[in-house]
Amino acid sequence: MSLKYVGLNEINGPLVVLDNVENASYDEMVELHLDNGTMRNGRIVQISGKKVVIQVFEGTFELSLTNSQTRLTGHPMELAVSREILGRVFNGAGKPIDGLGQVYANKSMDINGLPLNPVSRVYPRDYINTGISTIDCLTTLIRGQKLPIFSVSGLPHNQLAVQIVKQAKVAQDNGQGFAVVFGAMGVTNDVADYFKRSFKEAGIMDRVVMFLNISNDPIIERILTPRCALTAAEYLAFEENMHVLVIYTDVTSYCEALREFSSSTGEIPGRKGYPGYLYSDLASLYERAGISKYAKGSVTQIPILTMPNNDITHPVPDLTGYITEGQISMDIDLNSAGIYPPVGVLPSLSRLMKDGIGEGYTRYDHQDVANQLFACYNHVSEVKSLMSVIGEDELSDLDKEYVKFGRLFEGQFVRQGFDDNRSIEYTLDLAWDLLSVLPKTALDRLDNALLDKFYNHAKALERFNIKETKIIKELEKVGE
Amino acid sequence: MSDVIYSINGPVVKVKDSKTFQMLEMVYVGHSQLMGEVISINDKFTTIQVYETTTGLKPGEPVLSTGSPISATLGPGIITNIFDGIERPLKDLEEQSGAFIEAGSNVPSLDLERLWDVTIQVALGDELESGAVIATCPETPLITHKSMVPPNIRGTVIEVAPNGQYNVQTTLVKLEDANGKVHEISLMQKWPIKIARPIKERLPIAMPLVTGQRVIDTLFPIAKGGTAAIPGGFGTGKTMTQHQIAKWCDADIIVYVGCGERGNEMTQVLEEFGELIDPKSNRPLTDRTVLIANTSNMPVAAREASIYTGVTLAEYYRDMGYHVAIMADSTSRWAEALREISGRLEEMPAEEGFPAYLPSRLSQFYERAGYMENLNGSQGSVTIIGAVSPQGADFSEPVTQNTKRFVRCFWALDKSLAYARHYFAINWTQSYSDYVLDLSSWLDENVSENWVKDRQILAYLLAEEAKLLEIVNLMGPDVLPEDQKLIIEVARIIRVGYLQQNAFHKDDTYVPMAKQLKMMEVIIHLYNRSNQAVAGGRVVSQLVKTGIFDKIVKMKYDVPNDNIELLDSYIKEIDQAIQSVA
Repeated sequence: MSLKYVGLNEINGPLVVLDNVENASYDEMVELHLDNGTMRNGRIVQISGKKVVIQVFEGTFELSLTNSQTRLTGHPMELAVSREILGRVFNGAGKPIDGLGQVYANKSMDINGLPLNPVSRVYPRDYINTGISTIDCLTTLIRGQKLPIFSVSGLPHNQLAVQIVKQAKVAQDNGQGFAVVFGAMGVTNDVADYFKRSFKEAGIMDRVVMFLNISNDPIIERILTPRCALTAAEYLAFEENMHVLVIYTDVTSYCEALREFSSSTGEIPGRKGYPGYLYSDLASLYERAGISKYAKGSVTQIPILTMPNNDITHPVPDLTGYITEGQISMDIDLNSAGIYPPVGVLPSLSRLMKDGIGEGYTRYDHQDVANQLFACYNHVSEVKSLMSVIGEDELSDLDKEYVKFGRLFEGQFVRQGFDDNRSIEYTLDLAWDLLSVLPKTALDRLDNALLDKFYNHAKALERFNIKETKIIKELEKVGE
Repeated sequence: MSDVIYSINGPVVKVKDSKTFQMLEMVYVGHSQLMGEVISINDKFTTIQVYETTTGLKPGEPVLSTGSPISATLGPGIITNIFDGIERPLKDLEEQSGAFIEAGSNVPSLDLERLWDVTIQVALGDELESGAVIATCPETPLITHKSMVPPNIRGTVIEVAPNGQYNVQTTLVKLEDANGKVHEISLMQKWPIKIARPIKERLPIAMPLVTGQRVIDTLFPIAKGGTAAIPGGFGTGKTMTQHQIAKWCDADIIVYVGCGERGNEMTQVLEEFGELIDPKSNRPLTDRTVLIANTSNMPVAAREASIYTGVTLAEYYRDMGYHVAIMADSTSRWAEALREISGRLEEMPAEEGFPAYLPSRLSQFYERAGYMENLNGSQGSVTIIGAVSPQGADFSEPVTQNTKRFVRCFWALDKSLAYARHYFAINWTQSYSDYVLDLSSWLDENVSENWVKDRQILAYLLAEEAKLLEIVNLMGPDVLPEDQKLIIEVARIIRVGYLQQNAFHKDDTYVPMAKQLKMMEVIIHLYNRSNQAVAGGRVVSQLVKTGIFDKIVKMKYDVPNDNIELLDSYIKEIDQAIQSVA
């Protein structure tokens, strides 16, 4: 019974302008009924008097100034949710595309969400055992965290994400109350397929909700995809009390869609042509991770983004890093050396790990061991750059030990199989054995009590099958 | 004719053909009464920025004028509280709308019903000036709240209530001014957030803000009433640094503004500060802290206001004679909020899309710091410590560069230090503090006459090391002469054993000035003795093999804060170790 407006006044990229509209509200959804019987969705993005600017999700091809009728729906963009969305596949705008019909909805939720009140948040402390040494030991994932994977096209970030999903589900209450929400934004069909197949193989497809926007789907829908995915995740976490892991890829395509849309509306661009509000926009996605004290569930996010030209200072990874609670950074050189997973340890970071590890969570020596590994491996990279100038032979004896440590660290600690699920004890013991390759005096981040308990040079030599060297013996004598 | 909405674009709303509004006036927009502020007026349009989400707003909805600018409500009940950017208490919002913040939630800033134990400080017939304390009440076990005559009001007391329990709204004192006008004064007053509260006089800066963090106190000290900026890329530890300073610095009151940052971080501050006990007062740190949390996903216009709200609260407590430190994390997000609004207004952008008035806004904020003599004769200070998040960790971007012009302390955080987990990742070659000279006489009197000299030696050794490392990185360490190798070894001790500090270690998290001094002296003694030995023909590698260097690196853990005399024994050990090298 609501009014329909015949025709349009202006069409420009994904935007159409309609004049003489009564009673339009900001952010309201509209439907455009074409004369050929199809229907498109749009959203009001600007109102000026009786003139409204509408963003059309499916694109404006075939639209003319006369061949459509526009109807205002009176509510903002909403997603119909219920427990039944588990196991379903939707497009970027939240419409089912798996041929199983509409979802019987419990309620409709505004996809933009609302900010979670900081006093209602529970500070995340429970660590998620992913079974991957570099992540568990050095950049521990915490339930309720947002921890993106910074990657480059061609690196196995998708495999890593799948491995995390496969191995992490066991730790989460034996899989009870566990769900995965997957959002594909502008990725190829192959990538979407890979995830679908992997979820099936892992036997968890009935706990997965998928929102797919493939690279040739309309860009406006791409802007909606993560919002739909996160709305589904919030519903499952805060109303159905499930632990939800949200994986969405690729954030860079999302930002490019945003840039395309922004420039078509004539907005003043910020850095590299991205809109000035990119930070706020990304924050409105990433901040939707967390735990509320009014629900038992949680939303953990692992967004994946590819850094254009491997440039971490590009606006997308840069702004992401400022919002998220750390990052897992992938390294091209490790990948070329054939090491999987190629996690670049030094630029990776988990901001929440300090409160989720140690006594009562993992093991009391965890933080100190992690710090020492970082410090030693950082020194390895310094030694390597020196070595590239003066050659390995000219290095000091101690630095040669560091080179040895570096090789073992990359080969034994970083490298692990796609099906290798390591326990935290195994990982930490391995870390100690690696550190024990170095002389005790080089371990300046560890106090003596820890060293006395865990440092064992002989065991390290045996495990890695390496020979005793002079420098260590000499340094061992020190202080005796 | 009433004023109605004409156009809506994100947080910017325009009203057509209206003459009712003043610049910077607070208005209520729409049926749900969203809070907004008038930011430009011309003969056709009045432009309003709305502090909440405008989803669902329609043209034709009313816009109500309030006649007063956006103001902070000041009175007892601020400390221990957590507010959003426009001073709405988040706990009350939670009660009203649950875990998620809905638009148009109107709650008073202060608890209007709570009764305070008020002691009246004035008598009938007293002549009171602006700023005079009329009543006091214990706000927290640490802070005595002093209610003052608001600025710009003075007169004779013609009515006064007895001591007793009052809420913030009750009139306690009536003043008659020279024109015969009667002013009613309660525990509560309002002050526009964008205007600095008046003072009597700005005093010279002379006292350090002691933080217990070695790299700051020793190398780059900040003064009470000073300004500092902490720029750093993501993951370099800006927030950690701010938290550490907020926890341990010797200010009376901390105002912590989380401006466009993470929600979990604010939750962490809430939790941690509630559990941490201040060693000086044995009370939880929350008793001296007020939090302002406008996280990155909360409305952007309120993010712009949050910085002003924070500094206004700080000035109010300064007027009572307290030393207040305000942490703003992060000013870049605030600048981005300015840029976003400016973009919506289609203003001509200057550098990187930031508006041309960015430097003047930044200076208006940082100039509100200072060591002041207040209107009532007491002395207090506002210290501003602002984090800066430069895009791509590139310090040449506009916010960092403009901030640098207005602050005197610059703690540059360094990515490579952070990668090595060297915290605080304050880079000693790029950072500076302009306060050393101002503070030197205080340090001479209160710590030691050696402090400034020792600090100089440490800074010299680090600077020398930076030069030498350039050679080492090209040709390897073996080419250096022995005395230069020694500098590299000692500088390593300074870096690892002194500058690097472990925030999770019970003793190392806060180090008193006296211990810092002794640690410096141990290191300098080691350098001097080794230097003599090297001059006498000993080689550095022999000296290192004695193990004394490694022992000194760990002294920060081995010597507890309550037994710093232990450090004296290190001097003897150094002598013995050096002598043992024949």
